Parts: sequence; C-alpha cells; structure tokens
Amino acid sequence: MLKTFKIGGVHPPENKLSASENIQVLPVPEKVIIPLGQHIGAPATPVVQKGDKVKAGQLIAQAAGFVSANIHSSVSGTVLSIDSVTDAAGLSKPAITIQVEGDEWIPEIDRSSKPEHQIPSSKEEILKAIAAAGIVGMGGATFPTQVKLTPPPGNKAEVLIINGVECEPYLTADHRILLEKGEEILVGVQILMKAIEVKRAIIGIENNKKDAIAHLQQLAAKTPEIEICPLKVRYPQGGEKQLIQATIKRAVPSGALPIAVGAVVQNVGTALAVYEAVMKNKPLIERVVTVTGKSVKKPGNFLCRIGTPISQVIEAAGGLPEDTAKVIGGGPMMGRAMVNIDSPVMKGTSGILLINEREASRKPMRNCIRCSKCVSACPMGLEPYLLMKLSQFNLLERLEEEKVMDCIECGSCSFTCPSDRPLLDYIRLGKARTGAMIRSRKK
Amino acid sequence: MSTLVIITIISLCAIGIVSAVILYLVAQKFKVEEDPRIDIVEGLLPGANCGGCGYPGCRGLAEAAVKSETMDGILCPVGGAETMNKIAAALGREVKAQAPKIAVVRCNGHCENRPRTSVYDGARSCAIEHSLYVGDTACGFGCLGCGDCVTACPFDAIHMDPVSSLPVVDEQKCVACGACVKACPRNIIELRNKGPKDRRVFVCCVNKDKGGIARKACKAACIGCGKCAKECPFGAITVENNLAYIDYSLCRLCRKCVSVCPTGAIHEVNFPPRKTETEAEKAQAVTATPQTTRETDSKN
Repeated sequence: MLKTFKIGGVHPPENKLSASENIQVLPVPEKVIIPLGQHIGAPATPVVQKGDKVKAGQLIAQAAGFVSANIHSSVSGTVLSIDSVTDAAGLSKPAITIQVEGDEWIPEIDRSSKPEHQIPSSKEEILKAIAAAGIVGMGGATFPTQVKLTPPPGNKAEVLIINGVECEPYLTADHRILLEKGEEILVGVQILMKAIEVKRAIIGIENNKKDAIAHLQQLAAKTPEIEICPLKVRYPQGGEKQLIQATIKRAVPSGALPIAVGAVVQNVGTALAVYEAVMKNKPLIERVVTVTGKSVKKPGNFLCRIGTPISQVIEAAGGLPEDTAKVIGGGPMMGRAMVNIDSPVMKGTSGILLINEREASRKPMRNCIRCSKCVSACPMGLEPYLLMKLSQFNLLERLEEEKVMDCIECGSCSFTCPSDRPLLDYIRLGKARTGAMIRSRKK
Repeated sequence: MSTLVIITIISLCAIGIVSAVILYLVAQKFKVEEDPRIDIVEGLLPGANCGGCGYPGCRGLAEAAVKSETMDGILCPVGGAETMNKIAAALGREVKAQAPKIAVVRCNGHCENRPRTSVYDGARSCAIEHSLYVGDTACGFGCLGCGDCVTACPFDAIHMDPVSSLPVVDEQKCVACGACVKACPRNIIELRNKGPKDRRVFVCCVNKDKGGIARKACKAACIGCGKCAKECPFGAITVENNLAYIDYSLCRLCRKCVSVCPTGAIHEVNFPPRKTETEAEKAQAVTATPQTTRETDSKN
C-alpha cells in the first residue's frame, strides 16, 4: 500500500507527454529580459547600468531585504536597458534587458560535468553560497531558499523532505532532472541536510515515475540517511503540507509553518540548484522548462537561460500550434494563462503548456447543487462552496473563521465541480482580502 | 366549571399586572439616557443606510452629528444640502453649503478605442480579473467591464452600456454615496462636483503608462503631453505620472483644454453645442481683452 495524504485530493488525467524526452540545451537567445522581481518578496536592486558589459553568472541585481534574492546575468553581452517591460500577465514590471554577445562565463564557475562530492563542512558557508547564488524555490513558489533554511528561533528541524512529486499533469521537468541529474541531486540533498543540521532526508516521488524511483533507489543505496519514498498518484501531493502528511504522517497545524512539525520541504530542482551553487559556484541562471500540450509537435524538456523569451522556447518545441487557445505558465491546475508570450522564462517557470480550443473552453457557471464534491476534494478540509459564497458577499470575518487562509489554491474544488463554478477564483479573491484585513489589524 | 374560568382569568390578570409593575421598575432602573435629538435627526435622514457618509448607517451619522459641536465633515450625500439644512436647523447650527457631487467614470476605452487583445473567460468579477492580469485589453488601468460597480450601487444609478461595455452613471439617480468608487478595483470612478447646471470637464482616462504605450493600448488615452496644463488659465490641471488631472475646485469650465487634447481624452458634459468656427472667431473679435473672455467663459 503506497503512502499518500489523508484527506481530499483528485486525480486529473496525467498527460505526461514529454516524460521520455531527454533534456535539450536550448541555444542562447539574441536578447534576454531578466525581471527584477522573480521571487516572493522585495524586487532586487540593479547593480549594473545601461551600456555595461556583463558576463554569464555576473551579479546584476542585489537582494533588497531579508526576503529577496540576488539576480545574475544568464548571458554575456551589453545591458541594453533597465526599464519596465510587459510581463506574462501584460503588466509593466521592472527588468534588465541584455543584448547577447558570445557566451563568456565568469571564471569562478566550474563548467565541467564531473560530479563533486566534497561537501563544505560549515553550515554558514553553505547558506552564504545559497544566498549569493540567488536560489529560490524551483517548484514555482519562488520563495528565497536561504530564508527557508533559516528556521525562526526556537524551532528545530528534524527531517528534510525533498519534493520530487510533480503532481501537476503534463509537467515533466522534475522527472527528467531526477533521471539525468540524480547523482547531483543526492549531493544537493546532503548539502541541504548539512545546512539545516538534520540526519534524515526523504525524497517523495509519485509512483507514475517508476524509472526515477528505481534510479534514485539505486543511487541512494550508498547513503542510508536518504530515503526514497514512492507515493500514490494523487493531486495536490506536491503541496508542502500534503507531502509532509504523506511522508512522515504529521499534520501541520492551521496557520503554522512546516517547521512546527520539524520538517523542511525543498523541491528537487532546488536541490540541484543548491548543488550547482555550492559545488560548482554557479548561480541560478538556467532551469529546465517543459513545453507541452496535446497539439504541440515536439513536446520536450529544455534547459534554458533565465530571460529567454517564452516564444523562443515554444519555437524549439515545434512552434505554436494553429489551434492554441491558451498559453499557460506552469501546469494546468495551478498555472496562469499568459497574454504575452514574448515575456521571459523566470526562475519559477516550470512549464509552458499550450492547450487547444477544445480543452480551453470554460463552460458557463450553473447553480450549486450541494453535492459536496468540492468538500470531499479539498485537501485542507475546507468547504469551498461556502467560502465562494462568503467571498461573493465580502464577509471577511466569516471567511477568517472558516479558515480561508489555509487554502493552498490547488484548484481541486473547481476541477471537481459538476456545475462548473469558478470556486477557486472567488476563494482566491476572498483570501487576498481577508489577508489584507488581518495584516491591517496587526498594524 | 364557570368558577374555574373565572379563577383562570383573575390569576392571569394578576400575573400580568405584577409582571408589568416589575418590568416598569426594571426599565426605570436600567434606563439608557439618550439624546432625544438623535431620533429627530435620524428621522430627517433618508434611511438608505448606504454608508456613503462614512458612518455605519443613518443612525451612525445622526449620533455623530449630535455629538460634534460643528457640522464639519458631516454630510449625507444622499439627502444633499436640503437634508443637511434641515438637520442643522433641528440642532440649531449653521451649515456651510456643500456642492453636490456625482460619480464620474474616467475611462473611455470602448471596443473601438481600445481593441481587445485577449478573451477573459473567468468569473465575471472585475476584482478577480484585476487580480489575475492586465485584462482583456492592453491597458492595465482601464475599465474591465464586469460590472462590480453596478452590483455595488444601492441606488440603481450605474449600468453597463451594452455597446461600449463601459459603466454609465444615471445623473438623476446618482447620490454620490461612493459605493462604486470603493468597488472599482482600478479606481476609475471618482466623486466630482456636479458643477453649475450639471456641467463638468474631466480627464476621461486613468492610464499612467508612458504616452506611446498608453496610445498603443487605447486611442482615447491620456498620453500626458501636458498641452492642457499649459492651456489652462486657472492652473487647474496637473500632469503627474503621464496622466493629466483636472482639479474640479479650480476648474472654471472654460473648456480650452478640451479642444487642445490630441486624443480627445478630456470630456465635457452637459454643455450646449459649441459654436461653429466662424461664429467663435466673431465672438472673439467682439470681446476686447482676454480678461473678459475668461469671465464669459466661466459663466458658461
């Protein structure tokens, strides 16, 4: 009997079309756009000026505050402008545009592919290297990693959980790096264990990636402190709290952080980035992006430089199909539709999904029939139908009582609703408003 | 049998009388002293409980009005000057005349001016659409057209125009309670002075993008060129963040800004049709000094 989380969850069609495609290195584009706000927290402050020559790996924007992340140039060339550009949602956001000239890297980066195993002994050294490399949560949440590795005083981590679940349908980027960079990931996990001083790590992988599980179990045979944990396929297992429940059977209390039950969760992509930062001195300047969709000619996984225009990544997968109705950044469950495909690949871009007209059609909303499917699907044990109504009537105190802030915005409720009600749309609005109310109360 | 009925009636009456006496004594003992004027003022208010005054309902305003020494900052936008005068008279105070206001929609991005660049098929709510992305046009500041303002209006005074899909304020019904102003996630709606004879001049755009970007997104956008600010003889127009704003307290409705605006972003409302070119020239020849021109203009 495979492990999984306790309540709720759905099983959408997996559609992992690009699971058997090797990671291809995308050619360096002619121009990259590197946004200053690629992470949760304050946007970084630029440290280069227009006309400056930069090399790949050079720091171009510094973290502005505790919750923020450094940003490095992903290419070598000349800074064209530091100005606002249109992002994927069509809004103006500050970014640095670089004209590419050649491909020269800063000499500190070790570009050889030989795996390194000599882990630095000091915890501080590791955290410093991670912060300097500008690493953020690669699963899509983009929370600065060094902040997550520094638990608030009074809390002690007991176990490190590595998220190799990739429960979003279609996406295969994590699956591929598990297969192709397994050895590096295990070193990255050991580095992370050292950083938070724990003796035990669990890598959770869903059972639809049997080859990855077998591969890692073989690699981890030498390191008994790292356990590979196959999990039953169920969405949203990649959610932090769900993964903790599934792997170590502990429930994170409402409103608390995973550290409250002694767990720290990191994505496999983050583990790889940590390995590269600490062992190879390489900042976070490239990532694996899945380009997929039923009408896409060559769905695949591409290693691309941060700042590569998304249109170019789509081109590498055989171009934009005729019948594309929506381009989604991320997976189909939690991803967001884009209006501008010239926007760049960012640190949190795990996938680009092109869905066709038939898949994209959204049916008109009908009345709630009180079937309570959403209640049984909610992995947080909330009542989505009620939260939607409360949100429509703007009853923020009631929303707070009904624990709207616990919502992880996984979309299982909207997915399962037979009346096609936009439950998550309204709940997200109510959650944002309730959050603002709670923050204003604290002031 | 009859004695039973009589006993019942008598005992019930006795219980009733005793209870009444107890209740009376208790009511006297725990009486809440309240200014009787609050009830009087509340009676004068419209009773819509819309919250437009900033107090929780009409009684809230009545309490505040009685409590405060002056009438400063207390205004029922629904009742207007008439109601405020009555309240001031009831309280034996003076009230300064406050100009009536009206909600003004500052966006003219209908389909022809502002081409649609995407299709929004999510929940029909401006607040949700605004939180997700730029909207179904390239303008990140303009009206989203889902009608949150219409839902918010307690007076049925704002409606979506089916052709332009922009909200239209019903001048007869709007009482300037400000519910739509709060509901609009993009802060397009503003409460402005209704103006003499309901005439108003305002910038019908809130786009703060640079001129080129704004113009590309919408033909009727304010591009922040500043021509209107230069033209204005009263210094009522300021240009900030690529957007012109007309201060209604300084504007004297000369309408010079309207004719110089290259994109037609400045709107005039309820003015009589303009004179033709030749007539205007004649009129200018007759009026001798610019000083007098100003005066005649401001009378318009």
